[in-house]
Amino acid sequence: MGFEGIGAAVRRKEDLRFLSGKGNYTDDINRPGQVYAYIKRSDRPHARIDSIDTTAAAAAPGVIAVFTGADMEAEAIGGLPCGWQIHNKDGSPMAEPPHPVLAVGKVRHVGDSVAVVIATTKQEAKNAAELLEIAYTDLPAVAQVTDALAPGAPEVHDGVTGNLCYDWHIGDQAVVDGVFANAHKVVKLDLTNNRLVPNAMEPRAAIGDYDTSSGDFTLYTTSQNPHVIRLLMGAFVLHIPENKLRVVAPDVGGGFGSKIYHYAEEAIVTWAAGKVRRPVKWTAERSESFITDAHGRDHVSTAEMAIDAEGHFLGLRVNTIANMGAYLSTFAPCVPTYLYATLLAGVYKTPVIYCNVKAVFTNTVPVDAYRGAGRPEATFLLERLVDAIAYDTGIDRVEIRKKNFIPSDAFPYQTPVALQYDSGDYQTTLAVALKSADWAGFEARRAEAAKRGKLRGIGISTYLEACGIAPSAVVGSLGARAGLYEVANIRVHPTGSVTVFTGTHSHGQGHETTLAQLVVDQLGVSLDQVDVVHGDTSKIPFGMGTYGSRSLAVGGSAMVKAMDKIIAKGKKIAAHLMEAAVEDIEFKDNTFSVAGTDKSKTLTDVSLAAYVPHNYPIEELEPGLDETAFYDPKNFTFPGGCHIAEVEIDPETGVVTMVGFTAVDDVGRVVNPMIVEGQVQGGVAQGIGQALLEGCAYDAHGHLISGSFMDYTMPRADNMPSNLSVATENTMCTHNPLGSKGCGEVGAIGSPPAVMNAVIDALKDYGVRHLDMPATAPKLWSIIQAAQPRMAAE
Amino acid sequence: MPQVTLTVNGKQHTVDVEGRTLLVELLREKIGLTGTHVGCDTSQCGACVVHLNGESVKSCTTLALQADGAAVTTIEGLAAADGTLHPMQEMFREHHALQCGFCTPGMVMTAIDMVQSHPEGLTEQEIREGLEGNLCRCTGYHNIVKAIAAAHPLMHAKAAE
Repeated sequence: MGFEGIGAAVRRKEDLRFLSGKGNYTDDINRPGQVYAYIKRSDRPHARIDSIDTTAAAAAPGVIAVFTGADMEAEAIGGLPCGWQIHNKDGSPMAEPPHPVLAVGKVRHVGDSVAVVIATTKQEAKNAAELLEIAYTDLPAVAQVTDALAPGAPEVHDGVTGNLCYDWHIGDQAVVDGVFANAHKVVKLDLTNNRLVPNAMEPRAAIGDYDTSSGDFTLYTTSQNPHVIRLLMGAFVLHIPENKLRVVAPDVGGGFGSKIYHYAEEAIVTWAAGKVRRPVKWTAERSESFITDAHGRDHVSTAEMAIDAEGHFLGLRVNTIANMGAYLSTFAPCVPTYLYATLLAGVYKTPVIYCNVKAVFTNTVPVDAYRGAGRPEATFLLERLVDAIAYDTGIDRVEIRKKNFIPSDAFPYQTPVALQYDSGDYQTTLAVALKSADWAGFEARRAEAAKRGKLRGIGISTYLEACGIAPSAVVGSLGARAGLYEVANIRVHPTGSVTVFTGTHSHGQGHETTLAQLVVDQLGVSLDQVDVVHGDTSKIPFGMGTYGSRSLAVGGSAMVKAMDKIIAKGKKIAAHLMEAAVEDIEFKDNTFSVAGTDKSKTLTDVSLAAYVPHNYPIEELEPGLDETAFYDPKNFTFPGGCHIAEVEIDPETGVVTMVGFTAVDDVGRVVNPMIVEGQVQGGVAQGIGQALLEGCAYDAHGHLISGSFMDYTMPRADNMPSNLSVATENTMCTHNPLGSKGCGEVGAIGSPPAVMNAVIDALKDYGVRHLDMPATAPKLWSIIQAAQPRMAAE
Repeated sequence: MPQVTLTVNGKQHTVDVEGRTLLVELLREKIGLTGTHVGCDTSQCGACVVHLNGESVKSCTTLALQADGAAVTTIEGLAAADGTLHPMQEMFREHHALQCGFCTPGMVMTAIDMVQSHPEGLTEQEIREGLEGNLCRCTGYHNIVKAIAAAHPLMHAKAAE
C-alpha cells in the first residue's frame, strides 16, 4: 500500500464495476411485477387542451391504467415546487405560476406532460398512447428571450403580465450612472449566452414502488440529490411524509445540473405505483430528454464598462434578460441572479457595479442550472467585455487584466456585489498560464499558420467563480427555501473498517475514492478499508446532494467534523484502556498513544472496545464508534484562474480547430490530482462545446429544432485539442477545514470566453469586435466571405 | 413469436423475441446483461456498442433477429474468469478514462475493435476519428484517447503470445 491520503493520485475504487458492466443505473433496476409508464407529451408549444379521450387507449392490449392531469387534480396532487424565491426591485415576490405534474387546461411547451399510460410492457404503453385522443386549440407562442417582453407578446401564463417572472437588481444604480456620466470612456457590448442542452449520457429514468404491506413508497431516480427530491416530492407534491418515502439515486450517468431538479416523471411513477399497486418504471428516450430535461444559459445582455484614460475599470453596468422557459424549475430563479450578478466583479477591483435582470417566461423547456450555472454567463460577459475594452482602447489584453486585478494582498476582499472573496492569487495563475501556453511565442505561430493559409488566434480568460454552495443563513436571506449544509455519518466498525455515509452524490465525480482518501488521511486506515455510501435516503441521515462544486468543500468538511468526533471519543476510550488522562492521548497514523510513553492502542483496539464494551467507561460514554456531523459553510469558496485557448480557422471553410488549451486553476487543496485533472478536462470540453458547437435552437413558434444528437452538436473526440494542459496553482480556502474550493465547474466557466477571444483574435484582420457563441463554421465562413471584397478594396 | 439462438459471452441462449426487438433490448431485458447501455435513439452516442462476431456494432440499431446464430461479446464478457481485466479495461482505469461510467462500456468495446483492426498502430488523430460514433459528456475524451493508445501495444503483445 503506497500513499493513499490527501494528494495521492490513486486510481478510482468505482472503476472496476463501471468497467466490467456491473454499474447499477436506474434503468438497470427491475422490480418484481414491474409495469411501464409512457408519457404522452405535447407536440404543441402552446395550446388549450379542449378534451382528452382515454377510452381507446385504456382498452388497448396490456394497458393497466391511463391518467391525466384531471386525475391528479382530483386527488389534490400539488404542482412541482420552486426552491428559490426572488424578489422584484420593488420588494414584491416574483411571479410563480403553477407547474402541474400533468398538464391541466393548457400545454406550455413542446414536451409538456399531458397523460400517462401504464401497461405491462413498454411497447404496449407506447402503442396505447397513440390511441389517446387529445383535442387542442393552438395558441400563439413565444420562444425567444428577446420576444418575451415585447408589447403584445403571447402570454405563457394567465396572470403573469408581459411574461415577466421578476425584475431584479443589485447595486446602486444612481451611483453607477454617476460614474458613467463622468467617465473618460465607456465601452459597450451586446451579448447572447447561447442556450444549451445538458445531455448527460444517461437519460433520466424513474421507478416508483409501493409496498402494500407497509404503505411505504420507494422512488429510484436519476438524481444528484435524493433527499431534496424526497423533501420536495413528499412535502409539496404527493403529500407523503418522509418516514413513508424512500428515494434512491443509484449509479447516475452524469448530471451537470440537469439531474438536480424535481421532475414531473418522479411524481408520476411514485403516485401511479400507489394507484396500480405495482412498481412503475419510466425511462426517457433521448428525444424525450431534449424536450424535458432542464436546459441551460439563454441570456441576452448589454454590458458597459466605464474606464479612465489608463484603462482602469471605474464601473460596470449590466442589463440582462434571462429565459426561465415555460415553468420555474427547482432552482431556476437563483441562477441569473445570485449565481450570476454577484460574480460580475470577477477578478477585478471594479469599484461599483449595477446589474438589472429581467427573467421571462417563454414556451420552451424550463431553464435551470447547467454546469457553472450563472457563473459561465457572468464570466463570458466580463471576459468578452475586457477584450472589447482592449480592442477599443488599444491596450494589451493581458496588461489591462493585470492592471485591474484584485491584488493578492487584498484578501479578504469585499466586492461591490455582496460576495467576500477569502483567497486567491490571480497574478500567479496568469503568469503560470502565459508561460505554459507560450503566449510570448504566439506571433511566430500566427505567422507560421498564415503561411499555411490558416488564421490563428489566441485568447485569454482570467476568471473567478463562487461555489462550495452555501451558507444556509445567507442563501435563506436571498430567497432559498432550503438550507445548503451537508451531512456525513462516519461509522467505524468493530474491526476497524469504515463506512462513510455522505449526503453528497457521485455521478461521475469519483467520490467513492476522493472521500475515502479523506478517511485514509484523518483516521490512518487503508483505502480498501473504507467504503463510501451515497444516494439512498434510507441509509444516509440527510443531505443536500451534489452541485455547485460543493461535495468536497461542504460534504468533505462534514466528514472532517464527524471524524473529529470519532477521534475525540476514541481518545476517551483509549485513555480508559491505557489508564491515562484523556488530555495525554494523541492520535496519529491510526494509533492512539499516551504522550511521552510507548503505550498505544490502534483504532481497531479502540473500536472493538467500543462495540464490545467489557472494559469500557460505560458510566460516562455510550458504546459504539459512529458519529454524524452537519457542516454549514461559513462562506462560498472562490476558485479561479486563467484559461488560454489557441485556435486555427480555415478561411476556406470557416472550420475552427482547437490547437491548444491551457488551464491553470486555483481550486484550493487537491485531494486526488488525477480526478481534479479529469474534472477540469471534462469541464473544458463542455466549454469548448458551448463556444464552438452547441446551440439549442427554437423556431419563432416554439418548436425545438435541435432535438436530437443529429441536430444538436455534441463535442466529439476530434473537436478537442490534443495539446490540452491542465494544472493547478492553489491558494487555500481559509474558512473550511480542508482548504478545498471545488473543481467541478471551473473548466466550463473559464473556457468559453477564452475560446471566443481566440476566435475573434484570429479574425482581427476582418474587423470582428465580437461574436456570439457558438462560432460555427457557417457563421465564420460568412464573416470571412463578407469581408473579402472590403479587404481586397483596401 | 420468432426465436433467436445466439451465444453471448460464450454462453448459448434461445430467446423469444418480437420482430422489432433490438439486440440491446434482448441483452438488457431478456438476458439481464445491463452493462450495455442506451444513451440515444438516433444511433449517435455509442453507449450500446457490443461485438457481433468480433466486430463492433451498435446494438440499438441491430435487430435481435439479425444476431441469430451469432456470437456476441458484451462488456461483461471481457474480463478473464479470474477477474483479470482486459488490457483495454485496465488502461481505462489507469488513465482515468471514465467518470460516470455510462458511455464506458460502448467506448471500451469500440476501442477494442479499433485496436484489433489496426495492428500496425494508431495515430492519435486516428483514435480521435475512430471515436466519432461514441459520445462522452464527462471526460472531454483526452484520457480515453490516452487509454486506447496505451492499450494498443499491450493488446498486440498479448495477441502475439
